[in-house]
Order: sequence, then structure tokens, then C-alpha cells
Amino acid sequence: MSLMPRALLLIATLALAACNNPDRYGAGGAGAGGAGGAGGAGGFIDTNGLGDPSDPRSIAYFNQSVGDKVLFAVDQSTLSPEARGTLAGQAQWLNTNPGYAAIIEGHADEQGTREYNLALGARRAAAVQDYLISQGVASSRMRTISYGKEKPIEVCSEEACYNKNRRAVTVLSAGAGV
Amino acid sequence: MKHFVRTLLPALVLGLALGLTQGPALAQNGPLRIVIDQGVIEPLPFAAPAFVDEGGAGDYAANISAVVIADLVGTGLFREIGPEAFISNVSSFDAPVAYQDWKAINAQALITGAVSVAGDRITVKFRAYDVFSGAPIEGAALQFAGTTQGWRRMAHKVADVVYSKITGEGGYFDSRIVYVSEQGPKNAREKRLAVMDYDGANVQYLTDSASIVIAPRFSPTGDRILYTSYESGFPRITLMDVGSLQRRSLDEQPGTMTFAPRFSPDGATVVFSLERGGNTDIYALATGSGRLTQLTNAPSIETAPSFSPDGSQIVFESDRSGSPQLYIMSSGGGEAQRISGGAGRYGTPVWSPRGDLIAFTKQNAGRFHIGVLRTDGSEERLLTASFLDEGPTWAPNGRVLMFMRETSGAGGQSSLWSVDISGRNLKQIPTDGAASDPAWSPLLP
Repeated sequence: MSLMPRALLLIATLALAACNNPDRYGAGGAGAGGAGGAGGAGGFIDTNGLGDPSDPRSIAYFNQSVGDKVLFAVDQSTLSPEARGTLAGQAQWLNTNPGYAAIIEGHADEQGTREYNLALGARRAAAVQDYLISQGVASSRMRTISYGKEKPIEVCSEEACYNKNRRAVTVLSAGAGV
Repeated sequence: MKHFVRTLLPALVLGLALGLTQGPALAQNGPLRIVIDQGVIEPLPFAAPAFVDEGGAGDYAANISAVVIADLVGTGLFREIGPEAFISNVSSFDAPVAYQDWKAINAQALITGAVSVAGDRITVKFRAYDVFSGAPIEGAALQFAGTTQGWRRMAHKVADVVYSKITGEGGYFDSRIVYVSEQGPKNAREKRLAVMDYDGANVQYLTDSASIVIAPRFSPTGDRILYTSYESGFPRITLMDVGSLQRRSLDEQPGTMTFAPRFSPDGATVVFSLERGGNTDIYALATGSGRLTQLTNAPSIETAPSFSPDGSQIVFESDRSGSPQLYIMSSGGGEAQRISGGAGRYGTPVWSPRGDLIAFTKQNAGRFHIGVLRTDGSEERLLTASFLDEGPTWAPNGRVLMFMRETSGAGGQSSLWSVDISGRNLKQIPTDGAASDPAWSPLLP
């Protein structure tokens, strides 16, 4: 349950995104996100959004057991063998759980200018999306976004933090069919 | 005027000239003096007795004097001689000037003024004198009138005229800065757009902090602002009218991300980066017709475009060579020439309003620098160094740069700084909390 606040935030973000592009996610996606964003929806997320981590069909399972993020080398958007392993698992999960859509977030560490890092984050997100497509995930279920260096998860100014911030995160939302 | 320059200002003029061509490699945050390779150049001493109250001025007279003095001293090119040294005082704006008394305390320039207030109307007049020539400075006697709300602007205008007459450069005090006001820790930072006077006064917030905002830029007339906003959930260029605060997305292309916008000098075109499928190129949008033109077409990252002041060329950042470097192309697109050649990574190029220099961010050996180079790539000079210096913006006269500096580590905070293009007079701009991404307006009308 420690993931709850983050899940709430993500669902709210997705709600915005889905409202902006309802055709991308279908009525179900927008509706599900909208319910999460409407507030007072802790139960909603608990049962339909995040799910039980021991349930292999849940978002929590995807985030924790499949792995929702992959890491990158400095300035690179090339997928490492480890990243490809994680993404193969993500693709398999998405292929067996067609009722979810995904936003792939690309991030950079704080080295580099704001503009360049935005473009770099987009490259990373696209690399993940392309790989997932190559593994059979429909492109219509995915969308990319770059946050550049705007949203670090680690705050120190050392490589130990930088390498965790150079990441792409696959953020799921309940989509059509759920 | 010629005589004035010869007698009064050899040191100052020399300093400006040398500063343009052979400044030191790195800035030092030192005392208020101008250090040149071949000697020491002192800031020009001046006196500015409190402006005379010609009726109802109250605190305005002293406040206006204080702002004029702060503007001039803040350039690092002037030094105030305070009232404790004065031999005579100025009790009437039109009384003859006792040049001997000012000469005796070595005030090379004298600024006198008067303020009157009636209702919400304020009138400010001033004269500047060349003490050692014993004559008024030509063109430096003006009167400004308006509402009392604009008293700081009038003070800035006084200082702009004095600065301009004495240095031969355009002024920059009566100008504003749009920037991003920041709150909260690094991993949960809240950002909102704000605008303030160039000296940090009169802060106004333009957006709330509900969504991330990035890198605002003024239009050439200062009445509109371009910035990147995540309000839609995805980064999009937004255009805001400063007066009404009304805003709209500039371009809606599903599945793309747009950022790094900047106006053309005539305000009719916006250049920006558009990302599609992971690849970022530079586009131009005619704001009237909505016509979109792709200016670069490469698998590399092309971003941070900035027009030359005549609108004919664009300098931008690209990693087509393997690392981010600076390039210049025609404003219609086409082949680009690389201009950055030194070690390290170059970004955020901004063309000087004078056309002669390009300011940039440079990252090398774990440090960030703000630097300038000529448009042919020669004479690169680094003006600052720190853990993270980024995103220079030019003062309207092309002599001063403002930029963002961020400290390292978990408690890292952004602040705004300015530095002369000579590398001197590095100083922090007072802001209400953390601040980033400054952009300078044109000189206000």
C-alpha cells in the first residue's frame, strides 16, 4: 500500500491526459481515469486501479514484479540487455492484459540543459515504446511523454542518484475492456 | 560630448572597450571595481543628492533617488559618493550648480532631480552634470510624468538616461524579467510563471503551480509570453497575453511534444522544437496564418533555436556530431554551420540584441558555464562557473546576461544571477524564493 499516493497522482495525471486525447484511450480509459481524478476514490484505486500485488493482472504486480522502469547510460537512449529483459516482461504482461493503456515517461538526470534533457527524455520514452511495439504491443495503447530533468526520483547530485533518474517508466491505466 | 568623454571617462570607456574583447576567462565575485589586465579601473564616482520635493512628494523623492543610485551602482561601473561627504546640498532643482563643491569630493558626475505629486499623478525631473567640465551632460535633462504606481519605472528611466549618456550604451533598467518561481524539494518541485522588474521588485505571478511550466520568453514588444506548459498533461507551447493573462496552446499536433519556443524579431513567427516518435527537430510557425514549416530534418536532437536580430538566421543546439554543439542556419532552414569548437557540450544559444555575440550554456568537466562567442565561433569566453549555470538571457542593451544557477545535492535550489559580458559584476538577483529560467524583456516604452 505504500504505492498508494503515487498511484493516485499517476491516475490523476492520466485523467488529464486521457481527457485531452479521449480517442487515444477510448471511452473506458477516459472514464476510468476520470473516476480516479474525481477524488474520494481510494477504494476505486484499491480495487480496480492499483490492485493486489499478488494478483498477476494488477498494476501493482506490473510495477513491482514485472518492473515498470528501465535505466539508461549518460546521454544514451540505447536499451541495455537488462532493460530489454524488463521490457520483454512488460510486453508479455501488456499482451496478456489488453485492458490497460500505458504512458511511457522519459526522464533525464540533472546534468544537461532543460531543453536538451526534454528531447533526450523523449528519445528514451520512444526507445521503450518502439521495443514494446516490436514485442507485439499495439501502438494505439501507448503514448510517450518526456519530463526531461523536471521530475527526479533521487535528489543527490552524484552518479548513485543520476543513474536512477535516467529512466523510462511505463505507467499503466485501466483502459478499454476493463 | 567628445570633450566630456575625454576628460571624464577615459577609464570607464577603456574598461568597456577592453571588456568586449579580452575579458578574463572566469568571473570572480569581487569588489565593485573593474579590473583590466593592464591595470585597475575604478568605477566612476558620482553624487546623487536626494531629489528635491517640489510639492507633495513625501517619501517618493528619497525612494526615487535610492532606486537611481541602486541602478547605477548595480552595474559595477559607478560608485556613489554618499551625502556624508557633501560640502553643499541641492535645495532647489533650478539653482546653479556649485561645481567646485562636487569637484572637491571627487564626484565626477552629479545627478539632481525633483519630484512632485498631486493626487495619484507624479512628475519626476532630473539633470546630470559633468562636474569636471562644469557643464550639464547633453541630453540628460528630462521630465517624466505618470501615476504614482509607476514611480520605480521613472527612477529606472532616469538611471537609463544617465547610464546611456555616460557609457554610450543603451540602458536596461526600465525592463522586466519573466521567470519560473519554484517551491518545494527537488523531487516534488512546484513551478509557476512570474514576472518582476529587472531588479526583483514588483513581483507578479502569472500562473498557479498546478502544472509544470518551463522557459518563458517575451515577445519583441513584451506584451506576450511564450512558454512550455504541462497543463494538458503533455508539454505544449503556450502563448499568454501579459495584460489579460489569457492563454492558449500554440499548436496542437496529437502525439507530439513541443517546447523551446522563441519569437522572431518581428514577432510574426515562433521557432520551437517539435518531438515526434522520439526525434526532435526545429519548426517555425507563422502565428498569423498558422503555417508550420519544418526547418531541420535529422535523426539527431535539434533544439533551443534563437533568431539573429535581423531575423535572417537562427542559432540552435544539435547533437548531430555526437555531442550537443551550436549551429547557425538560415531562418528558412537548410544547411547549418557549426560554430562551437571547444571541449565540452554547448546548449541554449541566444543571439545578442546587438547581433555581435551569442551567449550559451557550456558543460565541461563536471562544471557548467555561461559564455559568449562571436557569431563565427571565434573568441569564446566563459563568464561564470558553478555546479549548474544555465539558460542565459540578454539585457536589452546586449551588455549584461542573466541566467539561472542551481546548487547541488538534495537541498539544491535555483536562483537568478547576472553578469557583465566582460565577466565582471557577477551578482544574485533578489527573488521571493527559488527562481529559474529568466528571460529579459525589451526596454519598456
